[in-house]
Amino acid sequence: MDHFPTNWGRPRHEGFDAYATYPIHERPYNGPKDAFAAGVQRTQQPIVTGTSVLAIKYKDGIMMAADNLASYGSLARFKDVQRLHSVGSYTVIGAGGDMSDFQYIQKLLDDLITDEFTAQDGHELGPVEIHEYMSQVMYARRSKMNPLWNSLLIGGFKDGKRFLSYVDLLGTTYTASTLATGYGAYIAQPLLRKAVEGKEDTLTEEEARKILEDSMRVLFYRDARSINKFQISTVTSNGVWISDSIHLDTAWSFAEGIRGYGSQTQ
Amino acid sequence: MDRLKSGEVNLGTSIMAVQFDKGVVIGADSRTTTGSYIANRVTDKLTHVHDRIYCCRSGSAADTQAVADMVHYYLQLYTQQYNSLPPVHSAASVFQKICYENKDALSAGIIVAGWDKEAGPSVYNIPLGGGLFRQPWAIGGSGSTYVYGYCDATYKDGWGRDETVEFVKNTLSLAMSRDGSSGGVIRMCVITEDGVERLFVPGDQLPKFWEGREVLAEPTGKFSSTRGPDPVPMAVE
Amino acid sequence: MTSIGTGYDLSASTYSPDGRIFQVEYANKAVENSGTAIGLRVKDGVVLAVEKLVHSKLLVPGANRRIQTIDKHIGLATAGLLADGRNVSNRARDEAANFRQLWNAPVTLKDLADRLGLYAQAYTLYSSVRPFGISTILGSVDKNGPALYIVEPSGVTYGYHGAAVGKGKQLAKTELEKLKLSELSTREAVIEAARIIYLVHDDAKEKEFELEMSWIGDETKGLHLPVPKDLFKEAEQKAKDALENFE
Repeated sequence: MDHFPTNWGRPRHEGFDAYATYPIHERPYNGPKDAFAAGVQRTQQPIVTGTSVLAIKYKDGIMMAADNLASYGSLARFKDVQRLHSVGSYTVIGAGGDMSDFQYIQKLLDDLITDEFTAQDGHELGPVEIHEYMSQVMYARRSKMNPLWNSLLIGGFKDGKRFLSYVDLLGTTYTASTLATGYGAYIAQPLLRKAVEGKEDTLTEEEARKILEDSMRVLFYRDARSINKFQISTVTSNGVWISDSIHLDTAWSFAEGIRGYGSQTQ
Repeated sequence: MDRLKSGEVNLGTSIMAVQFDKGVVIGADSRTTTGSYIANRVTDKLTHVHDRIYCCRSGSAADTQAVADMVHYYLQLYTQQYNSLPPVHSAASVFQKICYENKDALSAGIIVAGWDKEAGPSVYNIPLGGGLFRQPWAIGGSGSTYVYGYCDATYKDGWGRDETVEFVKNTLSLAMSRDGSSGGVIRMCVITEDGVERLFVPGDQLPKFWEGREVLAEPTGKFSSTRGPDPVPMAVE
Repeated sequence: MTSIGTGYDLSASTYSPDGRIFQVEYANKAVENSGTAIGLRVKDGVVLAVEKLVHSKLLVPGANRRIQTIDKHIGLATAGLLADGRNVSNRARDEAANFRQLWNAPVTLKDLADRLGLYAQAYTLYSSVRPFGISTILGSVDKNGPALYIVEPSGVTYGYHGAAVGKGKQLAKTELEKLKLSELSTREAVIEAARIIYLVHDDAKEKEFELEMSWIGDETKGLHLPVPKDLFKEAEQKAKDALENFE
């Protein structure tokens, strides 16, 4: 709707007011300011993108997973991209969405950690602080109509406490014992909840890893912007660890006997 | 928003860079178009930014030239200030910074490649949004989409110079033959510690692949095609 | 001090008739009044050590640090006016961060020292400012290996194998010259650094001092870090023992 009250009750276009019923000088002009303004668009679109990130809490800390693909539209353009990034000694951050914005965020956080390191004041940023910082950055950018086009998961372990949270391009935040971004929010999140909720303090590393692997497999089956090559990260009292690439084994042999799409038998 | 302004000169291109043990091979076609008109059929899209660092440009000609000029300036500054050759990684980072910070205004897909003392040969890809990705081989421009499969199937680690040059030449030839926005000649550079060697393949001496079967003449008498042609077994060469 | 009363020592922007800038020379005096700072560039790393004179028993131990961290891989030790050291280290941090942002790579110590030299030199040009009353020792392990530099109040910078500034610099230099610096390990250099600081400390004039030490090497994974407690205690004990044998 038109939010300028002086426009209300008036013709929408000069052409409809051929006889100048309404005084022109009183009217606010809401169109483009000049010929160039039409070409300015502040909110961009994501171009090279990563898909889902998954994370869960388990007995020793948190575990996160993301595949190694950066897509360019439907083209699987870069198949060796790391979407999990360690921040300081206690935190890992995983990103879906625009990869150039994620690289910017990585630089931002690396600079922040260097700043803190050079202060040598005995304080180190943990996952809680990194989450707060990222939520402020993401909200500030969306308020400038120029968002960083990502959904982020932030996980960590410091002072004996696990932490897991979500921040996105709008500055939306929440925490839970299982989290998933992108397609994972629809497909993997129900599986993760069923497998994890109520067992956060008993799940072993092997069990947690199996849960994430199984979820990544389902995502590979159903998300057209995913590949079956991914990394897992854990943050525990031993610090941050990010694995080598893991190649998923997948099942297709059941399909050999399928014929047609209904009553066909040969 | 349209990425190109109306009437803008476009490098609807095939570009490529491949790393090998002692250096990198970069290559490009030579076609520049405005719409479907070929504004320049002998363009040089391999642009010098420093002694051992070149870039391949795709996207808007004006944008990528402006960006390459800026980086060229920054790298001259680097050599003067620090009395050494800039690392390829740093050069690529300056490209990336400009492309990322001005992503709303630019249409530039750039491949940066070269040789430096710390990393040896290296190739960086900076696609549209201004991300930075290191790759052993990179392809770009509109023609590249037709040859991803060929590159995936053909590329092997550990090639020498000559095999790498052949790979670049063949890939670009295939891309140019399928992409209407690419064509002309192939220009290549081999960048090693010792120097930069320019290679040139004229448009009438491109490597040839399958080009469809020859179309034969047929009699065009008054009643020759009332019945339509019968399918006959096709010869397999 | 023949310069006093001639009027040529009131401003850094005026030469004396024989071509000297007295304000810069006075700045060097400010450095010489300060506790000694040394740096050792050895086989696989760098060690910085400072004799921090404690002028009041009411000060909290560890307060007023004179060794600072500039970037992950760079340490800075100063002798002279404490507050000037803070200003210069802030500038150094900015320079290092700016370099990182533009070139996406850590700055080499030579390049940083050159920039800080320019910064210090600019403070010798104008009547509205005074030169920095500090000599700065910079230490790092960068892509070219271990590096050690001094930036003086005049803005001059030199690279060193062993560096000493402040009150005890002459004695410290003769001690450093006795060492085979290019053959020492960083761990061994920590022991030597502590010994030299204890040796040059003149407890007839100054009673209390605190030893401050940091290192960069393979053992710190290239980071500039304070020397860990156990090694620090060992070095300090050996320094005290050596002092008794020395006397």
